[in-house]
Amino acid sequence: MNIEELKKICLEVRKDIIRMLGEAGSGHPGGSLSAVELVVALYFSVMRHRAKEPDWEERDRFILSKGHCCPLLYAVLAKCGYFPAEKLLTLRKLKSPLQGHPHNLEVPGIEASTGSLGQGLSIANGIALAGKLDKKNYRVYCLLGDGETDEGQVWEAAMTANHYHLDNLCAIVDRNRLQIDGNTEEIKQLEPYAEKWKAFGWYVIEIKGNKIEEVLSAYNEVKKVEGRPSVIVAHTVKGKGVSFMENIAEWHGKAPKKEETEKALEELK
Amino acid sequence: MRTTFIKTLEKVAARDDSIFLLTADLGFKLFDRFRDAYSERFINVGVAEANMIGIAAGLALSGKNVYCYSIAPFLTMRCLEQIRIDLCYQNLNVKLLGIGGGLVYGLEGTTHHAVEDLAIMRSLPNMTVVAPGDKREAEALANESVRYQGPIYIRLSKEGGIQVHKTTPGLKIGKGFIVKEGAGLTIITAGNLLFTSKSVSDILESKNVKTTLISMHTIKPLDIKLLERCLKTSKAIFTIEEHSIVGGLGSAVAEVLLELGYKGIFRRFGLPDRYGPYIGKTEYLRKKYRLTPKAIANSILRVLNYK
Ligand SMILES: Cc1ncc(C[n+]2csc(CCOP(=O)(O)OP(=O)(O)O)c2C)c(N)n1
Ligand SMILES: [Mg+2]
Repeated sequence: MNIEELKKICLEVRKDIIRMLGEAGSGHPGGSLSAVELVVALYFSVMRHRAKEPDWEERDRFILSKGHCCPLLYAVLAKCGYFPAEKLLTLRKLKSPLQGHPHNLEVPGIEASTGSLGQGLSIANGIALAGKLDKKNYRVYCLLGDGETDEGQVWEAAMTANHYHLDNLCAIVDRNRLQIDGNTEEIKQLEPYAEKWKAFGWYVIEIKGNKIEEVLSAYNEVKKVEGRPSVIVAHTVKGKGVSFMENIAEWHGKAPKKEETEKALEELK
Repeated sequence: MRTTFIKTLEKVAARDDSIFLLTADLGFKLFDRFRDAYSERFINVGVAEANMIGIAAGLALSGKNVYCYSIAPFLTMRCLEQIRIDLCYQNLNVKLLGIGGGLVYGLEGTTHHAVEDLAIMRSLPNMTVVAPGDKREAEALANESVRYQGPIYIRLSKEGGIQVHKTTPGLKIGKGFIVKEGAGLTIITAGNLLFTSKSVSDILESKNVKTTLISMHTIKPLDIKLLERCLKTSKAIFTIEEHSIVGGLGSAVAEVLLELGYKGIFRRFGLPDRYGPYIGKTEYLRKKYRLTPKAIANSILRVLNYK
């Protein structure tokens, strides 16, 4: 798939996210929008996977550690054909499998139930370890929020991945510099951030995470890394694509109202 | 108990290469044989319990059958939320081996006493909770646990104590085991007070009070059928456990008995709902908390108006 096609899909996914949240009346737009390129690139270009065979053993695995951004993942999975796109508008509705945080026993394509921050990278470690021992070629990708890495467990997991030389594991941090209560540096200073991961033994790449070209080349680069895990620190804009949401902490966990939804969809044309 | 359990697991691991053993920097020397024989399937995650549960979940999601080992309070409480989401919510094949169940680590102090673990684990949907009463029960339950689907909390206590079972009993998870059958009075126990409970029963027998003794090694799911039977034949039922009086075996049994319409005498023997002022060896603590055979037997006789 070429760059222009990927960009088109990103735009459509952004629209889906807005529609879903507008319909649901609650949910998390900011971190869903900031990570669109990171996840679209994986599912439409980087990962080997089969929508019609979600349990295919050789598939690459994606763990959404920041589970609150599942509208993004649901939209991408639907676009890949894991389930019908009509389902998207049932987000957070009674009896819908598309819960406010993703559950692996409900939705095909969801690898792990998440929503409690800080846990995904440990699970990714376990899957990557199993892959090594079973001599499988699959790769494991795990997307974290930058605020999420306040959690101590993330750094427990970071040490483990390095200790076991998990070069089949790639973490992606959505470095949008915002968490619920505001700027990450004001709440709990993360910088010097890349250096932290380096000190834990990881191969680190820093990119502009809303530039699909940079995202693709980062994913290609980490595939060549041997003997240690990789992390892509993706500098992004929270709320990317919707002008009135961009870089505004308030849009972390608030759904757009009707007029706001229309305005956002208009911008995303 | 833990040595027996791990030895049994070693045997199973020889023919089943899906078995993994994870520890969080505990079990010094205990795992040497397992590690040497199956080094790839043994992972010491370091002092990082939350991470251990996540790794176990990832392995289980990849088709592995995972055992996680640590001291009971650290294994159940430090990472409770990881257990809830990673293991129970996703209903994964991960077995938690909590050692030091009850007051085994007496001298280490309250940080190491596992006296709320059964209550906490019992409240989690999908979680099965077992507590073997001696080595032979540990062996039986180790074998049972291998094929069991879903998460299990297995509460182990340290080696030592006297074997109540002469041979390895045929235990089934979810089915209580009748150690001894008597009339009119039933004692139900779970975990490491099995021998104490047997002694209570012997003391009572010496006073001509016949008792039925049940090892309720599975606290969840509780064997309701067996309780129904007890209720019909007993005018008094007692529970004995080395666990807080809140939420453990006694509570579980009481809930069921009341709903079944039991009208007889019922008493729980366990630890009081407070962090004790006492630190000392297990035997000392049991004396202080009146969990010795003599103290319990006397209480029972008093309740029955024998004295
Ligand atoms: C363990 C845990 N604590 C708190 C929360 C509530 N919460 C949801 S999102 C969030 C902030 C996350 O910020 P970040 O990781 O930067 O996410 P993003 O900016 O990508 O949306 C918090 C605190 C949670 N889901 N889990
Ligand atoms: Mg953020």
